[in-house]
Amino acid sequence: MTSTYKVAIVGSGPAGLSAAARAAQLGVAHVLLEKTDHLSDTIFRYQKGKHVMATPSQLVLRSDLDFDAGKREKILDTWNAQAASQNVHVRYRSEVTAITGEKGKFELKLSDGDVVHAETVILAIGTQGNPNLMRCPGGDQPHVEYQLDDPTAILDEHITVVGAGDAGIENALGLAADPEQRNVVTIVNRSPDFSRAKDANVKALTAAAEEGRITILTETSTNRIEADHIVLDTRDGELRIPCNRVIARMGSAPPRGFVESCGIEFSSKDREAFPILSPVFESTAPGIFVIGALAGYPLIKHCMNQGYDVVEFINGNLSLKPADEPILEAKFNKLPGNRSVDDWLELLRTGIEILRDLTPLQMREFTLDSDVRFVRAGEVIFEGGAPGSSLFNVATGSVHVRINPNDPTIVVPIGAGQMFGEVGLISGRKRGATVVAAEDSILMEIPRTAALKLIATVPAVKRAVTRISIERQLLQLFKAGLSPGDIAEVVESAETISVRAGESIISEGDENYDIYVIRVGSMVVERTIGGKPVFLSYLPAGSYVGEMALIEGGRRTATVRAAVKAEVIKLNGDAFRSLLDRNPALLERLKLDMATRKDVNAHIETMKSTFSDVADMYSSVASFLVENGIGEATDVLLIDEKLCVGCDNCEKACADSHDGLSRLNREAGKSYAQLHVPTSCRHCEHPHCMADCPPNAIHRGLDGEVFIDDTCIGCGNCQRACPYGVIRMDKVPPKKPPLLNWLLFGTGPGPGEPSAKWSKKYGDPEAPKKAIKCDMCSGLEGGPSCVRACPTGAAIRISPEQFLSVSQMQKGE
Amino acid sequence: MATPARKTTGKRSGASSHVSFLKYADYRWLKIAVGLSALAILTYALIDVEPRPSGSSWYGYTLGTIGAGLIVWLALLGLRKRTIRPGQWTLKSWVSAHVWLGLSLIVIATLHCAFQFGWNVHTLAYVLMMAVILSGVYGICAYTILPRQLSANRGEMTQAEMLDNLRSIDRQLHDAAQPLNSDLAQIIGASLDDDPFAGNVFARLRNSYPNCPTQLAFAEVSAAARDRSAPGAEDIARAVQILSRKVSALSHIRRHLQIKAQLDVWLYVHVPLTFALVAALFAHVISVFFYW
Repeated sequence: MTSTYKVAIVGSGPAGLSAAARAAQLGVAHVLLEKTDHLSDTIFRYQKGKHVMATPSQLVLRSDLDFDAGKREKILDTWNAQAASQNVHVRYRSEVTAITGEKGKFELKLSDGDVVHAETVILAIGTQGNPNLMRCPGGDQPHVEYQLDDPTAILDEHITVVGAGDAGIENALGLAADPEQRNVVTIVNRSPDFSRAKDANVKALTAAAEEGRITILTETSTNRIEADHIVLDTRDGELRIPCNRVIARMGSAPPRGFVESCGIEFSSKDREAFPILSPVFESTAPGIFVIGALAGYPLIKHCMNQGYDVVEFINGNLSLKPADEPILEAKFNKLPGNRSVDDWLELLRTGIEILRDLTPLQMREFTLDSDVRFVRAGEVIFEGGAPGSSLFNVATGSVHVRINPNDPTIVVPIGAGQMFGEVGLISGRKRGATVVAAEDSILMEIPRTAALKLIATVPAVKRAVTRISIERQLLQLFKAGLSPGDIAEVVESAETISVRAGESIISEGDENYDIYVIRVGSMVVERTIGGKPVFLSYLPAGSYVGEMALIEGGRRTATVRAAVKAEVIKLNGDAFRSLLDRNPALLERLKLDMATRKDVNAHIETMKSTFSDVADMYSSVASFLVENGIGEATDVLLIDEKLCVGCDNCEKACADSHDGLSRLNREAGKSYAQLHVPTSCRHCEHPHCMADCPPNAIHRGLDGEVFIDDTCIGCGNCQRACPYGVIRMDKVPPKKPPLLNWLLFGTGPGPGEPSAKWSKKYGDPEAPKKAIKCDMCSGLEGGPSCVRACPTGAAIRISPEQFLSVSQMQKGE
Repeated sequence: MATPARKTTGKRSGASSHVSFLKYADYRWLKIAVGLSALAILTYALIDVEPRPSGSSWYGYTLGTIGAGLIVWLALLGLRKRTIRPGQWTLKSWVSAHVWLGLSLIVIATLHCAFQFGWNVHTLAYVLMMAVILSGVYGICAYTILPRQLSANRGEMTQAEMLDNLRSIDRQLHDAAQPLNSDLAQIIGASLDDDPFAGNVFARLRNSYPNCPTQLAFAEVSAAARDRSAPGAEDIARAVQILSRKVSALSHIRRHLQIKAQLDVWLYVHVPLTFALVAALFAHVISVFFYW
């Protein structure tokens, strides 16, 4: 091929396809290079009938191809038809193996030996489609597969699944789910355990193995693959078993090697880093543009818009505003001062300390996720004690932090460029103090996920946040009129330490006197009495411990260990002692706190001598609760089994309060001493479910509840991430006839969640599944329905600070 | 996410306080019920109704109206329980009031009729009411005693898990029966074919299942296993082991169902009798006014 294209587009996913369509519309000489024999392989590989969502919903689609939420088949059909009618020039089965040359004369070497010449290159290869391959002899045979579209379509086969991550386990379970399929499924794992997979999957797998439906081979690797057998190296030697199909799920890697070989630099060495890009998506190799998932935008709409934009840019239309321009305009037009979007972005970037290192593209992204607000002098930004985990930055003006709740005149000023609210962000606990605008100010509020992303991607942000947050946390914790200058020495000595669950930071009998501030997670304090650990108290994030040894001298009197994975700030004992010497008021305060703690200790010890069983009970109930996730809970449903009659009215009430789906399972879950922790959301400090939500649909609400909003795309990430199994994926059932119709005429399914059969009969078969979880009946007068609907008082909701009194009542009866 | 000035919207309500329905709000409804009953007794003793105390005196009508109002309100618990609407109500407080005020009806209704009984619709209403109250008293006892037994028996298994467990034992039993001789296989087959929960409500309440094929199979196969030299002794021993697991799984779930039945059975008396009571009450009130 000798002709030179203006653009060569690599990858025909949503981004590449949209770029090619734009090029075709503009009459730009283009070629779309696709590795497979069909368009958009990633979506092609979705399982049949999957409902594809179109998020973020507020983003306007700007592409020559249509796209709307719907079934996989419909979307692919639309794109195939439109690509053909718009004369998109596609070259199938053209895998690009190398890109050489420079802007104006690139050479793209293809796997079939051909070379494509182009002036510019658009890389839209995504991060999928690059699975780790079987490297043993025979691994290249056609019956070795790297994905499973439809487990129910495979009948009467011997199947070996290689790799025991979640994908592998889910495939194996799917294949063995129905005994009618008569499949013989073996799963092979190189390591002795299943550390990479989610707990729920591992449990399901071991259960299936116990029932004889699946064979698990651990510490085993593949030796070679034959036509109808597989040979495995097990710990006890070679094993040859029948095998008609190998499904290898050994993970996939972003094709970083290939991208870097094109001369493109990444933003960091981090495995999840993305290429460095200019505002027009140009990489560090001039003439090569990167869009789509590889550029860090995994959502289909983003990809399609970028495809459109990048071709416009290449075609010289540099005045094209990004598709998100109207959204940003809307964000900014509430602010005084009539500036353009670019001016505002520049003002925020230069005005706010932690944003200075961001690229214009990152700036746009973070601003899209954030809220920019104008506040008048005196306006309250948030109240102390309110839940909230976003990070605030002052762009112009200043705010006051009211550090003494009883005296609003005692304030710490925070000026332009600085941040506040970081304690809530880091600890997940409620806001520590009320913040008011000191003058008319412009503030930028970055929500938790965006802020965490910012901290993770920009190292300078991480350092600044850590230092400032330690300083602020200390000021807030010890109050007593300290100034940042007073504690500078202590902050300097401070060290942040991560602590694994169960690990202790202070051991009884030790001879040190450092002070620890709990930043993330929570701790339990125990003391060994009569050879047994006795539970003394529970310390949530934001509290400190270790002052007794410092003030009174002597050895440590108790052990402090992490209830859940935690992070503590270790303050040097000597530095702290000199701080105390200079501040008698602080010493008084610490002594006061210490006296309360000593009272509790003394109380428990007396109890121990008189009622040894009672104290045992107290500590064992407490540790049961901690082990069941109450240590990281902020609000949890407990059931007193001495009162529960099993009527399930809680579940019915839950279903009737939320679209007919119950978000709790009363019977499931652990019990101890007749205190039952049902399967229901604990509203964790650091919700595991929030970690990987593509549309960022999970938030913490005004009452501290963790909830999922309507933008949920039903991907199931949160369900898999939740260690307590409290999220379910389901369709919203149709509306039921009113209660009286059921009572009098027997129409409809009655109170509570309708049966699956009824929902199927009357429901919309096309309705997508969504993630469903407890939202603490937020916004409903009277609070959680489960508790209100309990006839006997068995259902209670508590926060961790209260659970000790609950377990105390348990033993009192 | 746009979040304007924050403030918490809700406080933890009294519903969360950890007390049973009987003790709700420091026995508030017990106190009210006792007060109401004491007042009724006191006025009954003090007020001299001519010619003699009866339901058709002004005093009788007063107590009758209170009693009828209470009965209708108490019956509405069934509706309240199923109407989950937002609001400052808790079912626990309703149940507390239902229990204590319901018990006070014994005093109020008896004084209302002034101990005049006969073979008529009026006494029928009274008898039905007492039957409803008696079944309710059983309910209170059941709700006080049984939950801890249910919890202790259940362990950490759900009912669905117990059934699953039974099914998985059945599958193993099916496989284990294959190598056995036809007599033993047939005996085990009877255990597999048996619906372990068949039988009437009394069997379930008493947890008594005589002639349970699984028990029989366990006895027979165990007997056969005593002969260790018999051909296939290993297979028989395996079957015995699985059968013994099935026996224990069955007794576990049957005990679960027994307690559940004991917790529920009174409602099958309480609720239909309430409907009968309300009907009789209407007949009583209408006839009183008709013959006035």
